[in-house]
Amino acid sequence: MKNVFLIKYGELAIKGKNRHLFENKLVSNVKRNLKEIGEFIVTKEQGRIMVEPVEDDSIDVESVIDKLGRIFGIVGIAYGIKDEEVSFEAVKRLARVQMEQIVGDKQVTFKVDTRRADKRFPMTSMEVSCELGAYLLDEFKDAIKVDVRKPEITLMVEIRNHTYVYLKTYKGAGGMPYGTNGKATLLLSGGIDSPVAGWMIAKRGVEVDAVYFHAPPYTSDRAKQKVVDLAKKVSMYTGNLKLHVVNFTDIQLKIYERCPHEELTIIMRRIMMYIAEAIAKQNGSMALITGESIGQVASQTMHSLVVTNDAATMPVFRPLIGFDKEEIVQIAKRIDTFETSIQPFEDCCTIFVAKHPETKPKLEYIKKSEALLDDIIEEMIEKAINEVEIINC
Amino acid sequence: MTREIYLDNAATTKPYTEVAEVVAHTMLHAYGNPSSLHKKGMEAETILREATEFFARQIGALPEEIFFTSGGTESNNTAIIGASMAYKRMGNKIITSTIEHPSVKEVFKYLGEQGFEIVTVGVDQSGLVDMEALKSAIDEHTILVSIMHVNNEIGTIQPIEEIGKLIKSINKETLFHVDAVQSFARLPIQVKRAKIDFLSCSGHKFYGPRGVGLLYKGKSVRMQNLFWGGGQQKNVRSGTENVPAIAGMLKAGQEVFKNQKNIMSHMQECKAYLAERILCEIPDTWVNGPNIEEGVPYILNIGFKDVRSEVLLHALEQEGIYVSSGSACSSHKKEKDGVLVAIGNKKDQLDHAIRFSFAHDTQLEELMQVVEILKNQVTLLRRYTPGGRK
Repeated sequence: MKNVFLIKYGELAIKGKNRHLFENKLVSNVKRNLKEIGEFIVTKEQGRIMVEPVEDDSIDVESVIDKLGRIFGIVGIAYGIKDEEVSFEAVKRLARVQMEQIVGDKQVTFKVDTRRADKRFPMTSMEVSCELGAYLLDEFKDAIKVDVRKPEITLMVEIRNHTYVYLKTYKGAGGMPYGTNGKATLLLSGGIDSPVAGWMIAKRGVEVDAVYFHAPPYTSDRAKQKVVDLAKKVSMYTGNLKLHVVNFTDIQLKIYERCPHEELTIIMRRIMMYIAEAIAKQNGSMALITGESIGQVASQTMHSLVVTNDAATMPVFRPLIGFDKEEIVQIAKRIDTFETSIQPFEDCCTIFVAKHPETKPKLEYIKKSEALLDDIIEEMIEKAINEVEIINC
Repeated sequence: MTREIYLDNAATTKPYTEVAEVVAHTMLHAYGNPSSLHKKGMEAETILREATEFFARQIGALPEEIFFTSGGTESNNTAIIGASMAYKRMGNKIITSTIEHPSVKEVFKYLGEQGFEIVTVGVDQSGLVDMEALKSAIDEHTILVSIMHVNNEIGTIQPIEEIGKLIKSINKETLFHVDAVQSFARLPIQVKRAKIDFLSCSGHKFYGPRGVGLLYKGKSVRMQNLFWGGGQQKNVRSGTENVPAIAGMLKAGQEVFKNQKNIMSHMQECKAYLAERILCEIPDTWVNGPNIEEGVPYILNIGFKDVRSEVLLHALEQEGIYVSSGSACSSHKKEKDGVLVAIGNKKDQLDHAIRFSFAHDTQLEELMQVVEILKNQVTLLRRYTPGGRK
């Protein structure tokens, strides 16, 4: 009898011919995520990935479940026990051990749920459930009681190449295995939204890297550190995250000098798009990701989004576009980026925000204003890209 | 970047090399626990005794009135909470000022929540406590007055002798606590003459190690201990004494007290020089707090119109110059009850203050460079003001 984690994955089971590619990726992501917390044997087994600790005593179950819970593509994680023997006797042995942990002074209600992947097994799933229930009632007497509608405990039995019994399934991160769906570049700021946006796209299996626009001395080194910390939080899900830090000060000041002040933010955002796209192309990304949500601030009105969007030729993914702030905050808290995002070293660059920024910019006018930078902007963008600092988070 | 001009000495000072050597030496050799009965314990205890005697002498106290803590915050907490708890049967009122350090201000807030009556006395434009208000606030229920000696942000020196005498003339039972973190080892302090019952000091503000400080507590004054444990330091502060840090602080004290006058006059020269050049050569600048001659020689707080403190701070940092925007301890929060508000600065003056604070080894030549860089940076930054071009 050995302890085992059963990993259940959903969507990718239906991906037809590509299925084994997804599964292999998932297996390697599982191995990678668990590497630092112990030694495990990871195997594929008909719609499940099985994770067995090499030495049962040396692992902390909660931290394994936390690590597995951050891997995209996993729907659920069960922790149970297995017996190499495939027989009803084995089922009974394992079920007894599991139930012993549960029974106490108070009567508990339970049911048995059986899955039989090995169809050569002589009993049907239903028969196993019924007979096991009867056996357990006989063993534990009044300590337990059957309730098939609303049981306090569901004893799960899986009959496969081996026999598995477990009590509880933890929710997985869902989505698709990271790295199975191309690559995109996230515009990461120190705020609440962009890390959530990056996480959401990564969840769909897309490999993500990030660009941060740093403007010393208007933004401090601590503000930059905060972005690095956020990138590290996201990389808890993705394994790693390459952060490109662009020094944006000179460009910002030039916009300030030449362009109408109410349009400063929108022009700035367009130029950020140019730079992010150039970096994305260099790194093999196929799309950009932003944390924009309609109407949240002046630069995210419909009109502003249209003008910003025009600056990019790649698709721009805005997974939060229809979210309210409160909904974004909820996810940020769940994925543990919120506390970092609300640290106060955000912007001493308020000089670049007009008192009354343009909320209904017209593309043609903005382009005209942007043309005031025509003689220098290409060179400045090139310089900014050449001087990018790369931090592997 | 080779240049490093450190003008943030009110936040912390760079220790003397000898201090670091003494700390290392003590860690490696006098490693005994002062409470141990054997020779190694005795050896460590001797260091403590030497330190208490030395510091007691400097402030006119008895050695048994000196206690070692982890620094200014602990000393302030211990004195204020300890005294308030010990004397709460005598009265309920405790008084402080509007420009105290958070380690006093927050303690008062806490005691207010615990049911004490808190009176906060205002200050004038230079940061001096309103003596009339203080006088009328003290009554027979007042158990404690806590006033800082020197303000950490603007360098105001409170007349603590006058305050001490005032307090005792109204109610001789009222205790007087002085937060001397920014003055100890720089300005002369005589606890008996100023009628001080508690005095807080911190080692790292006068070229000593961090994590160590002093609390003076008058012999006849009672105090509730905050820590329970082995009963070290006459049960005022349980916990094994930090002997290496105390030895380092002693070393720093010996150096500083010996040269106190010279160091002060040197820093006065630095301050006068920097203030004059900035005020004359950079338009739209002003001094926050007391006049140049009236504040301490080692703190200069200057406002720069149309330049945000934090931006200027980072711009100077890029040139290897380290200053502060207000107090480093509080610069993380948006201050609504800060010192600059207390001295009556207008809303549009609050976000433009830079604090320069000097040390014994600040060079005039460095300050010349600072002035030149400031002139450039301020001009540059003023081209980009919030709200658009003018």
